[in-house]
Amino acid sequence: MSGGIHRGLYSRYARRYAPLVTMPTTATSPTAKHVGGTPTHALGDVTASDSTLRRFLHGLPGVDAVGLEARAASLGTRSIKTTAKAYAIDLAISMVDLTTLEGADTPGKVRALGAKAVHPDPTDRTTPTTAAVCVYPDMVATAKEAVAGSGVKVASVATAFPAGRAALDVKLADVRDAVAAGADEVDMVIDRGAFLAGNYMKVYDEIVAVKGTCGTKARLKVIFETGELSTYDNIRRASWLGMLAGADFIKTSTGKVAVNATPANTLLMLEAVRDFRAQTGVQVGVKPAGGIRTSKDAIKFLVLVNETAGADWLDNHWFRFGASSLLNDLLMQRQKLATGRYSGPDYVTVD
Amino acid sequence: MSEKTEKTGQRLPVFKTYKLYVGGKFPRSESGRVYEVTDSKDKWLANAPLSSRKDARDAVVAARKAFGGWSGATAYNRGQILYRVAEMLEGRKDQFVREVADAEGLSKSKAAAQVDAAIDRWVWYAGWTDKIAQVVGGGNPVAGPFFNLSTPEPTGVVVVLAPQKSSFLGLVSVIAPVIATGNTVIVAASEKSPLPALSLGEVLATSDVPGGVVNVLSGRTAEIATPLAAHQDVNAIDLAGADEVLAKELEIAAADNLKRVIRPQAVDYTETPGIERLTAFLETKTVWHPTGALGASGSSY
Amino acid sequence: MASVFEYAPAPESRSVVDIAPSYGLFIDGEFTDAADGKVFKSISPSTEEVLSEVARAGTEDVDRAVKAARRAFEKWSALPGSERAKYLFRIARIIQERSRELAVLETLDNGKPIKETRDADLPLVAAHFFYYAGWADKLDHAGFGADPKPLGVAGQVIPWNFPLLMLAWKIAPALATGNTVVLKPAETTPLSALFFADICRQAGLPKGVVNILPGYGDTGAALVAHEDVNKVAFTGSTAVGKEIARTVAGTAKKLTLELGGKGANIVFDDAPIDQAVEGIVTGIFFNQGQVCCAGSRLLVQESIQDELLDSLKRRLSTLRLGDPLDKNTDIGAINSAEQLARITALAEQGEAEGAERWSPACELPSSGYWFAPTLFTNVTQAHTIARDEIFGPVLSVLTFRTPDEAVAKANNTQYGLSAGVWTEKGSRILAVANKLRAGVVWSNTFNKFDPTSPFGGYKESGFGREGGRHGLEAYLDV
Repeated sequence: MSGGIHRGLYSRYARRYAPLVTMPTTATSPTAKHVGGTPTHALGDVTASDSTLRRFLHGLPGVDAVGLEARAASLGTRSIKTTAKAYAIDLAISMVDLTTLEGADTPGKVRALGAKAVHPDPTDRTTPTTAAVCVYPDMVATAKEAVAGSGVKVASVATAFPAGRAALDVKLADVRDAVAAGADEVDMVIDRGAFLAGNYMKVYDEIVAVKGTCGTKARLKVIFETGELSTYDNIRRASWLGMLAGADFIKTSTGKVAVNATPANTLLMLEAVRDFRAQTGVQVGVKPAGGIRTSKDAIKFLVLVNETAGADWLDNHWFRFGASSLLNDLLMQRQKLATGRYSGPDYVTVD
Repeated sequence: MSEKTEKTGQRLPVFKTYKLYVGGKFPRSESGRVYEVTDSKDKWLANAPLSSRKDARDAVVAARKAFGGWSGATAYNRGQILYRVAEMLEGRKDQFVREVADAEGLSKSKAAAQVDAAIDRWVWYAGWTDKIAQVVGGGNPVAGPFFNLSTPEPTGVVVVLAPQKSSFLGLVSVIAPVIATGNTVIVAASEKSPLPALSLGEVLATSDVPGGVVNVLSGRTAEIATPLAAHQDVNAIDLAGADEVLAKELEIAAADNLKRVIRPQAVDYTETPGIERLTAFLETKTVWHPTGALGASGSSY
Repeated sequence: MASVFEYAPAPESRSVVDIAPSYGLFIDGEFTDAADGKVFKSISPSTEEVLSEVARAGTEDVDRAVKAARRAFEKWSALPGSERAKYLFRIARIIQERSRELAVLETLDNGKPIKETRDADLPLVAAHFFYYAGWADKLDHAGFGADPKPLGVAGQVIPWNFPLLMLAWKIAPALATGNTVVLKPAETTPLSALFFADICRQAGLPKGVVNILPGYGDTGAALVAHEDVNKVAFTGSTAVGKEIARTVAGTAKKLTLELGGKGANIVFDDAPIDQAVEGIVTGIFFNQGQVCCAGSRLLVQESIQDELLDSLKRRLSTLRLGDPLDKNTDIGAINSAEQLARITALAEQGEAEGAERWSPACELPSSGYWFAPTLFTNVTQAHTIARDEIFGPVLSVLTFRTPDEAVAKANNTQYGLSAGVWTEKGSRILAVANKLRAGVVWSNTFNKFDPTSPFGGYKESGFGREGGRHGLEAYLDV
């Protein structure tokens, strides 16, 4: 269970010598196929009607909160040092959806963000790019320009983010705008009200409609706002609901409520994507978002991925961090590893 | 025998055939043996069954069979039944006073005091059935998101060697606490004075005590106790009626399946007992369950 | 292909513990050689490196230690409870202060992962002393009548699986109630008890109140047989427990025994599966399965057997076996060559009797005593591996169809220490827990311990309880 050190070192050197570093991806793995807007997979019958869907979701194994949190905490005690830490930091950087979702966003702010995503550390060009920048739909075009040619994706929140309280056609228009502006990825919010009212089919139909609107151009991330779903049983049901409806990613939260990504709810979602692939052959990504601010936290999440879903998810095609301040901490830690000295906030860019 | 006939005058009394009490029935010893029981002045009182190891074995089977139902009965129900025993005894007090007086060489009033105390002891233990769990069990404040509760449960099948001298009050004092908590019992009656014990079987049979909960054997204590102390389906043994040498032998035999053992000790059975005999044959079970936060937004820890 | 996230070695520093080349017996507050000068070596089971040479107590030493404890008893038992309490609080605090050192020491001497000694053993040890410290001046309220009296000298014999924790379980209640002790640690793990002797000195504990006698079975036998011992407490195998019960028969010595087990971990089809898998893993692989209350029999409802076993096997494949001092190690070394041989023999017997053996791909270190996590399927009640305590990382999987059958199978053992129940149905938990003949039942969790909670067995798992208010009884003349 040890002995992989050499391979780790090797890949680290390989990354160092790449001119513009992007972490490898496994984009060839199967994703949900759609026929006429409805996903097809082994569990197709589940969504035949409101009652079959409800029965399925309520038939999922329950979640014991204490046991789940204990497992997440236990994985949080993994000690990631030296070569493993270097690997994890670069991997984490490559998984960041560098995000700005403010009313005050301007083209200047978004351009700065884009530049940072492409060259996170101006002092060290071997630093990998982030996975994506994540902006509101009206900033997609600006963002696309900012990251052009870099391989960095542009993700856009949509569907009346963050509350999602709008009519379906408004939500779909939101999505269309984003996709038309060139968004590579769409981060939609589910209708938590409908979910909590037990109206699972409504939530499902909306995701299917959004997925249809994304078409083949954009990958769809489905945000549950786990803090509002409240229980782990709900989070598990929402995860399956989202995956059944064709989500390419399931995402914890908007970053706009009190409780966002936690190790426990992310662990739970990782179990869901793991089990979904086992049953359907379809691999779905996971994106914890909000509240992940330190390298230490990010590495804990990577341990969760590694020991729950497995190595197949250790790739920015399948795992992302929705974060903004996290990147600078990762960069400072990276500098520390390279130089042996602790870095400071003046040695990373403030955007 | 002729002497007895003379004393009772014109009518020839009907003698009682004393029998064992096993599994709610009144068998003779499978061995067909009896022994003479005499009073304190060596006057013949009756022939009592001289139990064999096979009688002991049968009693264990009966006690084990009864254990599930008796231990599973509500504590309230067990209390009702134990109180019923007291009621039944009250009605047959004269018989027990006579038997105790004969057995222990007591005056009628002293024997009556023993019987009264024995009846009151049933009442005392009847009241304990639904209280002992609260006294010796309870929740434990564990340092973590768990609720856990320790509750006493009966040990199982208990062998009791009844005190040799206190043939009735002593007997009641050692079997009532054992069954109050839901154990079933095989009691070896006082070797020399088994008649009150055998008569108690008749009372128990009419007191709603399910068959097999109490099984009464008479005979040589050592002969009965030796196979029982070694029996793998017996969970505990009270050595009250064993002498020092026998007690040691039995305790050694009891180690084969780690029976819980009460060693012989000096006891004044007229004193109100403590709860030691209740708790001696109780196991403590602690059941844990996670508690956790109401929702995923908090942490359980 | 996705890249592989290999964890670099993350060893806990050995330098926090300073192990002397030799240790004496601890009698009457002093370290001393054995009367006959005998010594034995304590080795690290993960490397077979000799850690130290330790004096081996003989009959004469036992007598010396019991006499010292007897002399100390008069003053110690006469101390106000509040003063005894403060000694115990001091000990608890010093254990907390030195917990890193003790965790590393325990890992070296026992072979268990530092993760466990750091996060489970040591916190529980300190907590146990804190808990019983508080009882010392409150015994009037413990439910054993007014002013309950101590028994005298306690002879205590403990096992190697949780060396310091078992010491705490024995010594803390004994001292709180006013007894003095002579304790024999296991021959493969004497070091933490000797470090504890040093802690007693740091705490200023009066001489003779705690005496530590490293040695083998003969030392333990001499201790429990010593005529001036008033109380015998033993944790270890059922076979030795029975021998001790025979030894004390006919004496006035009070006896408590905490012995073997063959715990059933029952998983119903409505269980929280992911947590159940974790609970099964914790149940049988915590401390390499060398735990008396291990959930060594998995009873899974037949309808979910395949699904559960798939999940379990996948999970076992993530267990990290290796250097116990590495903070990422999940599975450490087996404690001794002897224990490894026993586990190996029983696993081989399991195979010979037709059960299906499975282990994850797992490279075992070349030196030391190691056994890969092992799972047996197609096991029935008739298999030896379903009946005998293996005391190793070996799980026997059996199936059941109904709750009745689950309970019947779970109870079908001479042991009765622990059991687990996994179901999301509350009433089923209560019904099943009620029927299980075991001293501790974990529902939707496993292997949880707390000083406030009584622990101990039914049937041949022993008698008496350790922990909580109940744990006082074993050391009081009641």
